Amino acid sequence: MGQRLPLLILLLWALAALLAGMDALEPDRIQLELILAPPWEAGGLGYDDLGRPLLDRVIAGARTSFWVALWVVSLSAVAGTLIGSVSGYLGGWTDRMIVHVIDIFLAFPGILLAIALAGILGPGIGNVVIALSLVGWVGFARLARAQVLSLKQREHVVAAIALGSRRRRIILRHLIPLLSAPLIVEATFGVASIVIAEAGLSFLGLGVQPPAASWGSMIRDGTRYLLVAPHMVLVPGTAMLLVVLAVNLLGDRLRDRMDVRLR
Amino acid sequence: MFAELTRRLLSTAIVVLGVVVLVFLLIHLIPGDPVDVMLGEAATAADREALRHQLGLDRPLAVQLGDYLGGLVQGDLGQSLQQRRPITELLAERIPATLELALAALAFTLLLALPLGLLAAVRRNSGWDRGAMAFSLLGVSIPNFWLGPLLILLFAVGLGWLPVSGRDAPGALILPALTLGLSLAAVLSRMVRSSVLEVLGEDFIRSAYARGLSTRQVLTRHALPNALLPVITVLGLQLGTLLAGAVITEVVFGWPGLGSLTIEAIQGRDYPLVQACVLLISLSYVLVNALTDLLYAGIDPRIRLGAD
Repeated sequence: MGQRLPLLILLLWALAALLAGMDALEPDRIQLELILAPPWEAGGLGYDDLGRPLLDRVIAGARTSFWVALWVVSLSAVAGTLIGSVSGYLGGWTDRMIVHVIDIFLAFPGILLAIALAGILGPGIGNVVIALSLVGWVGFARLARAQVLSLKQREHVVAAIALGSRRRRIILRHLIPLLSAPLIVEATFGVASIVIAEAGLSFLGLGVQPPAASWGSMIRDGTRYLLVAPHMVLVPGTAMLLVVLAVNLLGDRLRDRMDVRLR
Repeated sequence: MFAELTRRLLSTAIVVLGVVVLVFLLIHLIPGDPVDVMLGEAATAADREALRHQLGLDRPLAVQLGDYLGGLVQGDLGQSLQQRRPITELLAERIPATLELALAALAFTLLLALPLGLLAAVRRNSGWDRGAMAFSLLGVSIPNFWLGPLLILLFAVGLGWLPVSGRDAPGALILPALTLGLSLAAVLSRMVRSSVLEVLGEDFIRSAYARGLSTRQVLTRHALPNALLPVITVLGLQLGTLLAGAVITEVVFGWPGLGSLTIEAIQGRDYPLVQACVLLISLSYVLVNALTDLLYAGIDPRIRLGAD
């Protein structure tokens, strides 16, 4: 992919997310005569097992993944950064406690904890956001803490302490702005993994509930008709792959540009 | 050496205890009661109370936790609510299938990632290199719940070479193992490449060439063994991800392992079983990571435990 293609894909994704609420889209409209019709016969991107248009559903799915990714990454980045920097800055007993909590969270493979949480909280998009954020903050916290540990020795921080600045001000004004480069890279890759995680939970039936559309639940519905209607799996999967690839490419490029040597 | 080993075991033990408590709290603090699930909507309040009492759910949380820990130490994980059988039995039935799948996926990963990463590093900036890196990017971007159906479509439905799902038919292991191993292979080949590139710049490689060794000898005897050290760490860390990834892969292929048991338990709201499955997978993850640490020190004489 060239330089602009990933950005174009992400722009389309965001646009789809914003447009998905429009009346012109009918992701839930059932046309019985078009059940399982492939794109080359029925036009558009084909129709699913209930005769619903896949184009409209892919756009509706884009909205689901876009907002979930935006919310989860924002929530986990803010919470993780705050917890991590406070922990690194204060040190001592607080730091040791927080590090233990981080270690325990890291002891779970992320997606397993998300599956368990989503399963216990019950299905629904709000619970997906909660489950993924509860898993996602840890990475940001670890990164922010490690950075703060080295940054707090810097002269401008020592100067701020000498001038009698409050801890709150030092953390928010003198430390966190310096963390932004690695955190932006982490957040970019975070978007890719959240898109996959949301679709994964929906694939397992733990995410959005019918008739709402998610790329993951579309793929799950499609696996039952692999023999007769492979487009039901190919269409949402391709959309998801394009977005994830674009985000990962962008992340690689950002990392190279910012020369983050943390991974 | 001994003190360091004890320290590491202790910190692993703390994490293990934390995992157990967290999983317990997760299941018990969240709204939704197993009793409602077991009795259904029609049950009277008195029935519910009786069952809660019978299951011990009316006791204080700390007492329940103590009981649970006590049972755990004796290898008793309780009863499954749905199947009404001891959970240890259920787990024992499913563990072999998951192990088989994970080992096969691991073998596939190594067979693919090592040569690919080595080739990409040795022929740096060639078509091979670009191809390998494109594969790596694609591999981390394709989720296994899509890759699985794609492979089924191609090899089972289209070509008819391999079975669609299950574990009994010959060759049934191949597609799930490919599905599970691909993303790990993608991560690992990238890692092998950068690690080999780093080693190739070292003085001892130049010395080896100067002594007149062939490229092949330099690569296999001098470069690869040194390049593999960081790779082992990544591999250890990713093994746990492999176990977790098995949850989705098993569901895609109807593979009768721990992962599909976990999902069955979640769908049936069989809380004790969910608790046991999550615990087992997480604990194996913790143990694999701890073992990797030790292995690392064993392979590289420079990293002796407690050398400082």
